[in-house]
Amino acid sequence: MLFRIELATAEGEIFDADMYNKFFTLHGVIMIFFFLIPSIPATLGNFFLPIMLGAKDLAFPKINLLSYYVYMGAGITALLALGTGGVDTGWTFYAPLSTQYANSQVFLTALAGFLAGFSSILTGLNFIATIHKMRAPGLTWFRLPLFVWAHYATGLIMMLGTPVVAITLFLVLFERATGIGIFDPAMGGDPVLFQHMFWYYSHPAVYIMILPGFGVISEVIGCFSRNRVFGYEFIAFSSLAIAILGFFVWGHHMYVSGQSFFTGVIFSFLTMMVAVPSAIKVFNWTATLWGGNVSFESPMIWAFGFMGLFLVGGLTGIFLASMGADVHLHDTYFVVAHFHYVMVGGMVMAFFCGVHFWWPKMTGKMYPEWCGKLSALLVFAGFNATFFPQFILGWVGMPRRYHSYPEEWEALNVLSTAGAMLLGSAFTFIIVYLVWSMFWGKDAKFNTWGARGLEWEKCATPPDPHNFHGVPVVTEEAYAYTGKESVDV
Amino acid sequence: MNIPISPEQASSFAFSVDLYFYMLVVLCSVLTIGIFMTMVFLAIKFRKIEGEDRPSVPLENMALEITWTVIPFVILLGLFFWSTYIYGYYLKGAPEESLQIDVIGKQWMWKVQHPNGKREVNDLHVPVNVPIKLSMTSQDVLHDYFIPAFRVKQDVVPGRVTELWFEPTKKGQYHIFCAEYCGTEHSYMKGTVTVLSHEDYERWLSGALPSSGANGGVVMTGEKLFKSKGCVTCHSGLKGAQGPDLTGLFGTEGMTAEGESFMRDEDYIRESILQPQVLIVDGFTPLMQSFEGQLSAEEVNLLVDYVKNK
Repeated sequence: MLFRIELATAEGEIFDADMYNKFFTLHGVIMIFFFLIPSIPATLGNFFLPIMLGAKDLAFPKINLLSYYVYMGAGITALLALGTGGVDTGWTFYAPLSTQYANSQVFLTALAGFLAGFSSILTGLNFIATIHKMRAPGLTWFRLPLFVWAHYATGLIMMLGTPVVAITLFLVLFERATGIGIFDPAMGGDPVLFQHMFWYYSHPAVYIMILPGFGVISEVIGCFSRNRVFGYEFIAFSSLAIAILGFFVWGHHMYVSGQSFFTGVIFSFLTMMVAVPSAIKVFNWTATLWGGNVSFESPMIWAFGFMGLFLVGGLTGIFLASMGADVHLHDTYFVVAHFHYVMVGGMVMAFFCGVHFWWPKMTGKMYPEWCGKLSALLVFAGFNATFFPQFILGWVGMPRRYHSYPEEWEALNVLSTAGAMLLGSAFTFIIVYLVWSMFWGKDAKFNTWGARGLEWEKCATPPDPHNFHGVPVVTEEAYAYTGKESVDV
Repeated sequence: MNIPISPEQASSFAFSVDLYFYMLVVLCSVLTIGIFMTMVFLAIKFRKIEGEDRPSVPLENMALEITWTVIPFVILLGLFFWSTYIYGYYLKGAPEESLQIDVIGKQWMWKVQHPNGKREVNDLHVPVNVPIKLSMTSQDVLHDYFIPAFRVKQDVVPGRVTELWFEPTKKGQYHIFCAEYCGTEHSYMKGTVTVLSHEDYERWLSGALPSSGANGGVVMTGEKLFKSKGCVTCHSGLKGAQGPDLTGLFGTEGMTAEGESFMRDEDYIRESILQPQVLIVDGFTPLMQSFEGQLSAEEVNLLVDYVKNK
């Protein structure tokens, strides 16, 4: 992430245009297909979903292993594409640039995206089967932790959406290989068809990225307020509402692509409606604090950081959903800033929030508390310095994916770069102290935060190979905090 | 240091977009700060105090849930109608009496043709206070015609004709960008729109007023022209460029497909700019368009000098 912003500032002197295009494509492909989509589900989800359900493992352990191998295969393919020249189509692979004109490693990279998609489908399938079939005795649907509900919604999108992007990327490969016109108008194809098919998956995909993040935040806010999460059912169902609505908003990427006015109106309306379930979540989290015993350990600091950044990210989405404003803002840095606020400010903050929360349980070691708090503040500051100026740049008209730009915009770009440096150092710092703690950290207690839930109360630290001895029985609702649990760092 | 924080308002469409945008900025700032401060306030008010026994109570409140579902819904509905109304004005399409200008996007330049046949590359000259309709298509990949000062943007799609219209309200020069990623030199696919008075536009059409391109008003150099007129697109010297690399070409001998040899002197360079189809070097296809009438005599001289010393 760091290097990309670095070169964007220097008026196109450090790298040439071609190199820049390859870098941002690489950044997009790697971050989206290989980090944001799998990060929470494949790490925290795979680890804690069975434990939270009181199960030994996911329903299909071998399919899980297969999805890991497919993911690694896809990763290697992507690296191969990089090693043999790189790609310059952007992560969106828009046709006909990708099918006819680009002469870089489109084939390998699209293949990597295609494979990563399969790994995602298998994971989604596994999650849904596990949640349906492997819940412990007494663990009814409305006793499930909200983390599980969020993964249920995520699994649905993975299963229903990913095949479409797989088909789309396959058609790109097919057109490149055989020269049969699907998207290229010179051969009777339709380039706008590509955009429809691509965004039909790729917009729901952002909900694949953010929903598990919401799940983490619900757990952490509940735990550190020592309260039952306010409006439990509303948070659970708003996840499903987002998953479903998410399938009907893809056209908001295409207001200026030449689609009809009527189509645009429908998509604009539905997109606005996604903000409703998101707002419900935010209000319920806020209300959870009411009457609690709130304490401020590192995961809670990360959760607060998440709230601040996600609010900005979510609300700026309204600007882009509005057709009148989007005609100006579309494909500018405003969009870049918006999706980084949601993806990095939302998703990555939630990911680190979850990592800091469950780290002692997963590894049996504790990181120094002050490091966790400091890094949360550094990331928050660095992130705002990097991406806030980009809102302004977008508003004054700087288009995205630009290797050089008019001189009057240099100051804001320099600020953005400085922020990226800070952000980069903060991420490095996190990796350093987490790795350090694995070897030299204090041993973690059985229940570090005094949290409720099967993973904290019934499962060893770190968990045994089969998670539980015997089958745990659940007798109460999730988050049955009494206010007397003590933190033992 | 001058840091721009708002784009110039130079079309009839710009004001209504800005009004909506700034209203939304205020609304969202209030919401962001309000909600975040509420969280911080609640967290501090209900902070854990050692020794104090505050049993947690399970909380549910249907009335509250419905309130904060309905209020955002109503606000969003209002925003939806407002912004769609703004866009509706734009989507009514260009008025009958609009001046129609044809635009073709190609990797990586904009080719423009005015109603009287006058052409230009990358730049655009238009009269003030007249609705202008750009009728656009692409020769290769997707492009997007974007003029921030006019708050308009439209994809340019191969195999289709799309339309963009605006009514400039302020004389001056503004950026044109390509806003849909289109390959290697995407970020160089930009130009300047010059809004002139009616008289000046007529004079410009007839050739009496020289073009004021990307660097209008500034001393023009051959190098700047080479970039702003789009020469650099094909003559970049990069791998895969469509035209020949011009470095060190001056003074060498060339050979046509018919085997006729010639000297690359000043006259040849001048002819290649103005009538590029006359002498084609063996191995090249005659792709280049004529720049006759698009460059002033002075500009041609500057370009010839630049190529000579390249």
